[in-house]
Amino acid sequence: MAQDSAPVASGIDGYLRAQQQKSLLRFITCGSVDDGKSTLIGRLLYESNQLFEDQLAALAADSKKMGTQGEALDFALLLDGLTAEREQGITIDVAYRFFATERRKYIVADTPGHEQYTRNMVTGASTADAAVLIVDARKGALTQTRRHCYIAGLLGIRHILVAVNKMDLIDHAESPFRAIVAELTVFAQKIGIDDVTFVPVSALHGDNVVAPSANMPWYRGPTLLGWLETVAVDDTRLEHAPFRLPVQWVNRPHQEFRGFAGTVVGGSIRTGDRVRAQPSGRESSVARIVTADGDLEQAVAGQSITLTLADEIDVSRGDMLSAASAPAEVSDQFEATVVWMTDEPLLPGRPYLLKIGARTANVQIGELKYKVNVNSLEHVAAKTLALNEIGVCNLSLDHPIAFDVYRDNRDTGGFILIDRVSNNTVGAGLLDFALRRAHNIHVQALDLNKTLRAQMKGQRACVLWLTGLSGAGKSTIANLVEKKLHALGRHTYLLDGDNVRHGLNKDLGFTDVDRVENIRRVAEVAKLMVDAGLIVITAFISPFRAERRMARELMDEGEFVEIFVDTPLALAEQRDRKGLYRKARRGELKNFTGIDSPYETPEHADIRIETTRLAADAAADLVLRELARRRIIGTVH
Amino acid sequence: MPLTHLQRLEAESIHIMREVVAETDNPVMLYSIGKDSAVMLHLALRAFFPAKPPFPLLHIDTTWKFRDMYEFRDRLAREVGMKMIVHVNREGLSQKVNPFTHGSAVYTDVMKTQALRQALDEHGFDAAFGGARRDEEKSRAKERIFSFRSAHHRWDPKTQRPELWHLYNTRKHKGESLRVFPLSNWTELDVWQYILLRDIHIVPLYFARERPVVERDGTLIMVDDERMPLREGEVPAMRKVRFRTLGCYPLTGAIESDAETLPQIIQEMLSTRMSERQGRVIDFDVSASMEKKKVEGYF
Repeated sequence: MAQDSAPVASGIDGYLRAQQQKSLLRFITCGSVDDGKSTLIGRLLYESNQLFEDQLAALAADSKKMGTQGEALDFALLLDGLTAEREQGITIDVAYRFFATERRKYIVADTPGHEQYTRNMVTGASTADAAVLIVDARKGALTQTRRHCYIAGLLGIRHILVAVNKMDLIDHAESPFRAIVAELTVFAQKIGIDDVTFVPVSALHGDNVVAPSANMPWYRGPTLLGWLETVAVDDTRLEHAPFRLPVQWVNRPHQEFRGFAGTVVGGSIRTGDRVRAQPSGRESSVARIVTADGDLEQAVAGQSITLTLADEIDVSRGDMLSAASAPAEVSDQFEATVVWMTDEPLLPGRPYLLKIGARTANVQIGELKYKVNVNSLEHVAAKTLALNEIGVCNLSLDHPIAFDVYRDNRDTGGFILIDRVSNNTVGAGLLDFALRRAHNIHVQALDLNKTLRAQMKGQRACVLWLTGLSGAGKSTIANLVEKKLHALGRHTYLLDGDNVRHGLNKDLGFTDVDRVENIRRVAEVAKLMVDAGLIVITAFISPFRAERRMARELMDEGEFVEIFVDTPLALAEQRDRKGLYRKARRGELKNFTGIDSPYETPEHADIRIETTRLAADAAADLVLRELARRRIIGTVH
Repeated sequence: MPLTHLQRLEAESIHIMREVVAETDNPVMLYSIGKDSAVMLHLALRAFFPAKPPFPLLHIDTTWKFRDMYEFRDRLAREVGMKMIVHVNREGLSQKVNPFTHGSAVYTDVMKTQALRQALDEHGFDAAFGGARRDEEKSRAKERIFSFRSAHHRWDPKTQRPELWHLYNTRKHKGESLRVFPLSNWTELDVWQYILLRDIHIVPLYFARERPVVERDGTLIMVDDERMPLREGEVPAMRKVRFRTLGCYPLTGAIESDAETLPQIIQEMLSTRMSERQGRVIDFDVSASMEKKKVEGYF
């Protein structure tokens, strides 16, 4: 049997050489919790002699004490007993386990079964070559079975083994097994997975796990371990893909050496091969493939290497080196499938960071086209994605990147989304294709620019962004500031709820999603007006830091002045000129900032106005003095 | 021809190290002088060749390591030409904190965990490589490769960032830091096979030799210097022993062994899987020392 066994002393060197030639297979195990996943993994470790004797002794004792198998070993206890986090009530996470045979080393990502752990399964699946999906022979394919099959396929796992378990409980009968084969084969074809193997097993008794079962002579296919030993690893497929190397780090130990370090994520490369640096499009050829053991003639997918080029072309971290004959695509707008991974929902319009390969870009997520019901695979209309939901949307980056669509290459088509305020990883996604319009829209460099337009008015264009609670006094102060600027001969424009909500944004309500979109549009309009050379004043609650930051980053350095109109909630509520707080308190007004929707206080406002200490007129003067100090307007007397 | 498992593990570790160097301001590599550190350092030398790894090494010195280890550390620092920062908790030293009178919990907290935090804060390191592996210990099996720490160096297992593909999120606020484990997916056997494959030098204590030991509470402790107080009736005896893990000598149990070469060590490892008696002794040794590390919060 293929398993690690103690080599005889004389053969140790040959044995070690053979050991060093092993390949590595990463796979995930999934399936409904009660279908026997832990038992199957425990059995696999046991049968391939991965357990120490004292672990077995402890298992035997535990089995007698709390097992469900009488005198026999209960393998489920082995895995469940190891998971200390579970006892402490920590969120169940992917656990990685390791075992080896003579042919291969295995890394198993053991992923939890419930729907609330979809993100954990996605995480485990993202690096897996293969998946083992466990089905209870008595119950057949359940909703969870189909969901896991779908997620495995979505993440690009091409080889799936369906272990039809608990065959001992149906008297090792063939026909129920065949029924499951028929049903899941159709389903797998529907979602585009070609290679599905079905094995009838009894994890409890070991049938068809490592050794073929005498109880099921009608089955002539591979055992579970037999399949794992021979299934193709993903690297093999990538060997024939076009060459891709995302540049991680530029190695410059001295003037004469400039190497580009990274991991080959597709194809292979030889010295002399033509490569294209992307997105710049400049080409050169490979001079050397440098390693600590001397130069290589060739490197293949999976290796971490350092290349030097024949010509001095500009390449830096985040660029991609591609085969010149089959370069990657370049775009800044995509359709993508996104898996949401955090409690706070995805908000279209809010800017996030997108990391792909060695590159990080600012990204805006457009409206969701739909979300996928992972149980029925139906497309459902949606405004946001909640934790564990999967949806399809358009992405717009702040600069073009080189990429491949995910189904061609996981490493050049998969990305993570990072929240810019918390720095957490909040989502993951797959690039489906570049949008055609990205190829056609180019930024027009115009002869006239905002500096010239502003100069004509004798001013510097900028945005005065007032933020604060409802009733804080934003509009009052904004009006005074505009009047005073007008009196000084400045050309201004005031954007506030009254002139925006009734027109441009009349389709928007007050949910978090709509608030984000409201501010996005206001910021974009303000940007156009700044481009026209105006001093723009905005007066919106703008409760979220992320959107205020987005607005700031739309403008050039020094053009954005954040003014925090700081009024304590109690005072704003006491004033309540429009009666809104009273309505909100009565529950007649939902999502009201300060009551049942948060206001995120600015941490680094350019100007802070404490209305408890400063009257509106004095506050407006303070703003003007600050503008003079920043040389946006001339000195104010 | 697919890559071998060692090639894939090597490539993954190198990728991780380069990502840290590219995305953090001031990384450091924790160097404990053991076999895992030896492999990690070797991988770093490969990752940045022909440049030297662009970060220093940091040894948290409890002053209770084996003499062989100090000798090895100092020679190695000269050979690889990297800066070796040695940090000792001076406060602990002046209070004469030691494993005999203070017990291992207090001792390791003061001389290792506190010392590590001092050193990281003092030098302003925002990322630290550690040689821990997922197969060592249960909670490590679920820890990320890039493990995020608060400004107080705390690990919160409930808010770990998902790690997908080979994309690592290294973003953090000022004061926060990362612990990074490039050997996460290696097993003990992989480490030994790689040491053999790449001919990596390791401390001689890993190989069996006659050494002076006493048996204390069922564990063989080597009498490495005169600071070790002997209990009544304890007489050091020469026995052929080696160490499977290395730490502070008063806290590290030796095993009786005849393995004098790498192939013999690997063979011993493989055969002890089968042998009930030997397996128990070794496994006890492993889980005890791992348990210790976990309690210390060193990683």
